[in-house]
Amino acid sequence: MSLRQQAVALATLSRKEYVRVVRIWLQTVLPPAINMGLYFLIFGELIGARIGRMDGFDYPQYIAPGLIMMAVITNAYGNVVSSFFSAKIHRHLEEMLVAPMSAATIALGHMVGGIVRGILVGLMVAVVARLFTPLPLVHPLVTAAVFLLCAAIFSLAGLVNGILAQHFDDISIIPSFVLQPLTYLGGVFYSITLLPDLAQQLSKLNPILYIVNAFRYGMLGVSDIDIGAAFAMMLVSMVVLFVVCVVLLERGTRIRD
Amino acid sequence: MHALSVRQLVKVYASGVRALDGIDLDVPRGDFCALLGPNGAGKTSLIGIVTSLVRKTSGEVRVFGHDLDRELNAVKSAIGVVPQEINLNLWDKVSNIVVNQAGFYGVPPGRARRRAETCLRQLQLWDRRNDAARTLSGGMKRRLMIARALMHEPALLILDEPTAGVDIEIRRSMWEFLREINAAGTTIILTTHYLEEAENLCRHVAIIDHGRVIVDDRMAAVLTRLQQEHFLLSLATPVATLPALEGFAARLVSDHEIEVAVPRSRHINELFAELSAAGLQVISLRNKANRLEELFVTLTERRDKAPDRRSEAARP
Repeated sequence: MSLRQQAVALATLSRKEYVRVVRIWLQTVLPPAINMGLYFLIFGELIGARIGRMDGFDYPQYIAPGLIMMAVITNAYGNVVSSFFSAKIHRHLEEMLVAPMSAATIALGHMVGGIVRGILVGLMVAVVARLFTPLPLVHPLVTAAVFLLCAAIFSLAGLVNGILAQHFDDISIIPSFVLQPLTYLGGVFYSITLLPDLAQQLSKLNPILYIVNAFRYGMLGVSDIDIGAAFAMMLVSMVVLFVVCVVLLERGTRIRD
Repeated sequence: MHALSVRQLVKVYASGVRALDGIDLDVPRGDFCALLGPNGAGKTSLIGIVTSLVRKTSGEVRVFGHDLDRELNAVKSAIGVVPQEINLNLWDKVSNIVVNQAGFYGVPPGRARRRAETCLRQLQLWDRRNDAARTLSGGMKRRLMIARALMHEPALLILDEPTAGVDIEIRRSMWEFLREINAAGTTIILTTHYLEEAENLCRHVAIIDHGRVIVDDRMAAVLTRLQQEHFLLSLATPVATLPALEGFAARLVSDHEIEVAVPRSRHINELFAELSAAGLQVISLRNKANRLEELFVTLTERRDKAPDRRSEAARP
């Protein structure tokens, strides 16, 4: 298949994934917005008022970038893992497998779906956050780049999970036991400067810490992590995950007998 | 050049099941080929390998001369497949399913939409184009899978039991449609458990059993292998006992009906002569069973009774 035909296939898959997100917006876009509204209400307004300022910002404003990233991470990942695994279980993934689409096209198409949902949900959460606190944009390009990279990374991570999953349990284990703890411990609600030295060093092994801080830098201009290191980590993660997806799809791991 | 050429194809699953045990098969371009065999014979594994959904263990597959290992995209582009089980996204609209499938093959959106209209009209689904696939009847879902498989205008269409569970009226309209696209040049490989369907549609038959091709010939030649045919005769007047019919095995089914086995060495005229001599008047006559079905049962039973070479080879 020529490059032009691969582009048509990619556009088709991307549109299919986008339509899916929009068609089931009550499941995909609305719940995270309500969920994050509750976070702002409880942690931002009710408890946050007693916490005081962090890194020179009101607590609701300090946690807003992290909560937006948390929504992007959860939704980009969840979108791709559920879409791919559902297609695998119900066997309509075969529509793609019998067609001459390259593994890279399949990976990119799903990634676009995850990015679309991540961005839609992220924007919804930002709108909700704005109801509780002002949202400055100190470095708009950094903010936009982190937004996109974060959605891309976790879409691809969701795709790896979807490819390898064999049972419904397999698609909930990683989000529940890996993603959620790493997100909560990734500096969403606090600055790691509050932690003892050892905990600070351990936190730096958590990739989500880099994403949350890079996004906070984009919005508020403060970060616990060097921005260059954060971007390097994000770019390397994205490339590595993309290569893993392509290799798994080309080998047909757990998708071809 | 053959539409499909398979050489020494072997598939051993991770469970150790040897689904294909060295299949050789050629399907000429433009052919309408029946791929038959009992459940578990290896038909679906063979189709899975040809459509790249199943990885072969060894052997060679060529589609219109393109090697499956080296020219996978060319092989995929040449094939349209209708699987045995419904594998539609049931929440998606009928039109989206077919247009997206064309897109996956690189067909631009405008052409895909025009092609979708043609295919959906041909398969009488155009009126349901805006409905979700889950709202279609079983027969409509099968027709939608055929429309989906035809969206990129494949030169080889593989149908794995496309009429399973479909009522006779829809089945016959599907036969008509398949005949038309075959006449227009599409090579068709069909697996089915309705042997009447295979006999009516196909010019070539391959029977697979225990992972091997046991028959691969033209349909007419295969049918001549039948040693005898069974007929049911309705009698004008009731009979209490069956008179002897010289050279024919017969039994009384009811007082108005007898079943007679006619060997290939005898003519049916001879049977009628015997019946007249016995004073029996026949109102009507029909085949007891489909001829291919009889042959199929004979061949696969014979093989079941023979010692299994694979299990014998495995013995110390």
